[in-house]
Amino acid sequence: MMQNKNIIKASLLGLMLLSLAACKSSSDAEGELANSSDMEGSQGASSAAQASGAGSSGRLSQEQIQAENALRQTVFYFDFDIAEFRTADRETLIYHARDLSANPSKHLRLEGHADERGTREYNLALGERRANSILNFLIVNGASRSQIEVVSYGEERPAMRGQSENAYNRNRRVELVAR
Amino acid sequence: MINFKRASSLILLLVSIGFSVAKAELSIQITQGIDNPIPIAVVPFTWEGSGVLFEDVAEIVKNDLEQVGEFRALSPSNMLAMPREEREVYYRDWNVLAQDYLLVGRIQRSPGSQLIQVQYEFFDINRELKLAGEVLTGTESQLRDIGHEISNVVYELVTGTRGAFTTEILYVVSEYVNPELSYFRLEKSDYDGQRAQVLLESREPIMSPSWSPNGLEIAYVSFETDLPRIYIQNIATGQRRQITNYPNINSSPVWSPDGTKLAMVLSKDGSPDIYVQDLINNQLMRVTDHPAIDTEPAWSKDGKSLVFMSDRTGQPQIYQMELGANSYDVERLTYDCFHCAKGQFLPDGVNLVHVRRETRQSTQYHIAIMNTETLRVITLTSTSFDESPSVAPNGSMIMYGTKFEGRGVLDAVSIDGRVKFRLPSSIGDVREPAWSPFLN
Repeated sequence: MMQNKNIIKASLLGLMLLSLAACKSSSDAEGELANSSDMEGSQGASSAAQASGAGSSGRLSQEQIQAENALRQTVFYFDFDIAEFRTADRETLIYHARDLSANPSKHLRLEGHADERGTREYNLALGERRANSILNFLIVNGASRSQIEVVSYGEERPAMRGQSENAYNRNRRVELVAR
Repeated sequence: MINFKRASSLILLLVSIGFSVAKAELSIQITQGIDNPIPIAVVPFTWEGSGVLFEDVAEIVKNDLEQVGEFRALSPSNMLAMPREEREVYYRDWNVLAQDYLLVGRIQRSPGSQLIQVQYEFFDINRELKLAGEVLTGTESQLRDIGHEISNVVYELVTGTRGAFTTEILYVVSEYVNPELSYFRLEKSDYDGQRAQVLLESREPIMSPSWSPNGLEIAYVSFETDLPRIYIQNIATGQRRQITNYPNINSSPVWSPDGTKLAMVLSKDGSPDIYVQDLINNQLMRVTDHPAIDTEPAWSKDGKSLVFMSDRTGQPQIYQMELGANSYDVERLTYDCFHCAKGQFLPDGVNLVHVRRETRQSTQYHIAIMNTETLRVITLTSTSFDESPSVAPNGSMIMYGTKFEGRGVLDAVSIDGRVKFRLPSSIGDVREPAWSPFLN
């Protein structure tokens, strides 16, 4: 519970910083406005920082940072003709599973994709097979089946067009989309 | 006098629901012809009415016959005479030009109506014999149908095979804007890509269009609800209904030859398997039951068995199974390829059209035909990304999707591999052609 609170606060801080940056880049004509919101922004940011200081000992643990980074990865690539996700993604997917388990109200949609080689119907099935390999892993690691929807787009929604190896590599993927 | 009845009703329906015409019309490009095509003279038909006709009927016939590759039309500039009808025809004029056949015609306004009548006559030069002659009547917008009908008559008289020039095709077009946004359209056109009409537009993918055997309805997969689901649409009225809503993949709808059932692929029970849905009582029958991927069903001509693709041995191969047989009672049809898929029988029930990748090393996908009795394989295409073969109802040609300069285009190849043509396309990726049954 404590961990989760901190993650939320940390992302709040991130938002504040973002809004600060956005204000600074506004044009001169809006200078005055920008200044006032700048003030609010920095106040908000500092209080958020303080709050987070009160929650734990003033910094995010290594574990929390890792979880944050893991959850930020939402696209997983697959090798040619392979339906299992790469072993390098295992740890990241465990974080996703734990996140779902800790937040029962969260829902994910797994969108499976294939590169354009081979027939379209087969690629539709391959996309589903890939999404299912992640689905099963998430469930084994604590997510509930009802939190996850699977859909395959086969080769119909390429991330990158063209017949290059690079395009193929980017198109063989499963995307985790929050619902 | 023959009234152009089929075409009349067709045009009426099109007007009544206001189809949009999809794009500027370009013409077919013949990419490979045969060495000794049959020489035929198609004399420009004279228009004897006022104003300008917006279709050139003789040109339509000439294009039809040349596209299928078996004919070569004589250029009008080399003609010694321009007869309009039988009494103006002198066989020696065409004999000296080494022509085997001659087509002449004249076009007039039908007395007392807005209709147009096309009179044509067709001659065998060597036997000095008139083979056919009739008058076809229709509206000005039906001139293209009339031209294709004349092509049917000529083609059948010369080759003995029924012409497929009045057939149509379905296909999918996608226009890619960015990874999040593409426009998808299901279109229908004449077999030669002319007179394209949009049947469905969506921002979500559309797949696997398929004709009902009577040519009145189509089935396809649309992702419009965010999930792949099967729909049936009436072509004339545009009325459509969603016919499946099973969990996971719902795809590959294909009508049984008698039109009462739809074969499809569902993965509701785990992995994709072949099912048959009865369209009358809505009963669903499972056909295959295997943890591997089973997909791409196609009916045998008698409707008693299905050909399908499965990767149960690790790579896609083509299998056949009787409906109602035990799930292990499956016959494997292909062995000698790394990847054989999208199988379907030609009208002869013996030759199997399919997509073939020979070896793991060869990364090319070609359209091929395998004789299931002799196991002889003929590879018909030489481009690299050939898929979705669809056979003309007379069995003479196969249309398929391929890539040209990085874009999806539709090509067609004759069943003997000797003739190829490419359909015009100006925008987007065109794919998944489905050739209609005979429509008249």
